[in-house]
Amino acid sequence: MNSTPDGLTVDKIHVWRGDRHVLRGVSAQVRAGELVHVSGPNGTGKTTLLRVVSGLLRPEQGQVSWRGRSIVSHRTDYQAALAYAAHEPALKGDLTALENLRFSVGLKRRSSAAELRGALERTGVSACADLPARVLSAGQRRRVSLARVIAMQASVWLLDEPYANLDAAGSELVSALLQGHVEAGGLALVVAHRDLALRCNVRHLELHS
Amino acid sequence: MTVGAWEAFWLIVHREMRLSFRRPEQLLQPLVFFLIVTTLFPLGLSLRLSLLKDIAPGVLWVAALLASLLSLDSLFKSDADDGTLEQLALSGQGLTVIVVAKTVAHWLVTGLALVLVSPIVGTALGIPTDAFATMLLSLALGTLTLSWLGAIGAGLTIGLRRGNVLLSLIVLPLATPLLIFGAAATERAISGASVVGALYFLAALCVFTCTLAPFAAAAALRITLE
Repeated sequence: MNSTPDGLTVDKIHVWRGDRHVLRGVSAQVRAGELVHVSGPNGTGKTTLLRVVSGLLRPEQGQVSWRGRSIVSHRTDYQAALAYAAHEPALKGDLTALENLRFSVGLKRRSSAAELRGALERTGVSACADLPARVLSAGQRRRVSLARVIAMQASVWLLDEPYANLDAAGSELVSALLQGHVEAGGLALVVAHRDLALRCNVRHLELHS
Repeated sequence: MTVGAWEAFWLIVHREMRLSFRRPEQLLQPLVFFLIVTTLFPLGLSLRLSLLKDIAPGVLWVAALLASLLSLDSLFKSDADDGTLEQLALSGQGLTVIVVAKTVAHWLVTGLALVLVSPIVGTALGIPTDAFATMLLSLALGTLTLSWLGAIGAGLTIGLRRGNVLLSLIVLPLATPLLIFGAAATERAISGASVVGALYFLAALCVFTCTLAPFAAAAALRITLE
């Protein structure tokens, strides 16, 4: 019954938080080479939706499938293909940027230090590679977390506010990365308040309260 | 190219060790606590030092349990606070592997360290050197078991603001068998009686917790991550 076995299908997701019905039957389809831009006012469940799609949060009803198979029953395969960047950059302050990348990317795939430095260079923070993450600015931390997404070489990107804390050049960088990812056949679900200004297949998903 | 569970285990242990050694004050806290508590007892009993010899195993064990409990609450909490726990949970590695690696690393930097300084404390409390081998072995088994129990408690209390108090309330009652058999082993070693029974019990508890606790703690983490 699934017409797009290569993509991600979100099927009538219902999520309750306490007695609040946060997501009311949200459905979406993201095919390979496509990006879905999730927008909507604060508190409408954008981050919750992303957490459901990542598999961190189990919906009360509905299911998410990847390549036609439920992400719950095929968790390992799905996670191997997934790069999730939450709103917090998820960096350890006591580790250097490079070590942070090494320890989190290293659980997903084998990667050389040169490769990780390359990812940091693409996001413009190669100079911070050997600095402890706690001395980095919020924007630099965001760039390191984007470098992690690149280094994971995943086909599914789930990004929560990737533009936060970034300057104009940084925002352009995010757009270029997304564009490159989608054109290379990847797919992405991006939560952002601003217009993405991309020249690729972008579909919009607006959540309401 | 995916990463095997064994490789992931070592990577996480490596990461935890590096994080611990970047914060030596956190590493030293339980040890200093252990040393201070055990030296307070002789001071409090100054007029009846003969009593000290009888209660030394109990004092040693209570102090060791409390000291290793002190650091348990940070087992998953710091990772949960900065979002790295989510990254770990989505890394494609099972949560069980992550729990095992983190707990083993935690034991290496706290439990094992307590075991290694215990001869100093033992000497201060007047425990004869012949009993040290039993004391070291029983403490090693006991602290490892406590780390496994603590992993469950730490997993359950991540989301709470004053989770460390609740953590103690969850873990300490479960740790009473450790105290009973651990102190008994040390006491019997001092009096020259056979210690095998008590050590077997400690070893059994250790095996029991290390086979079941990883699954329980992983389930606790899965709940708190939601």
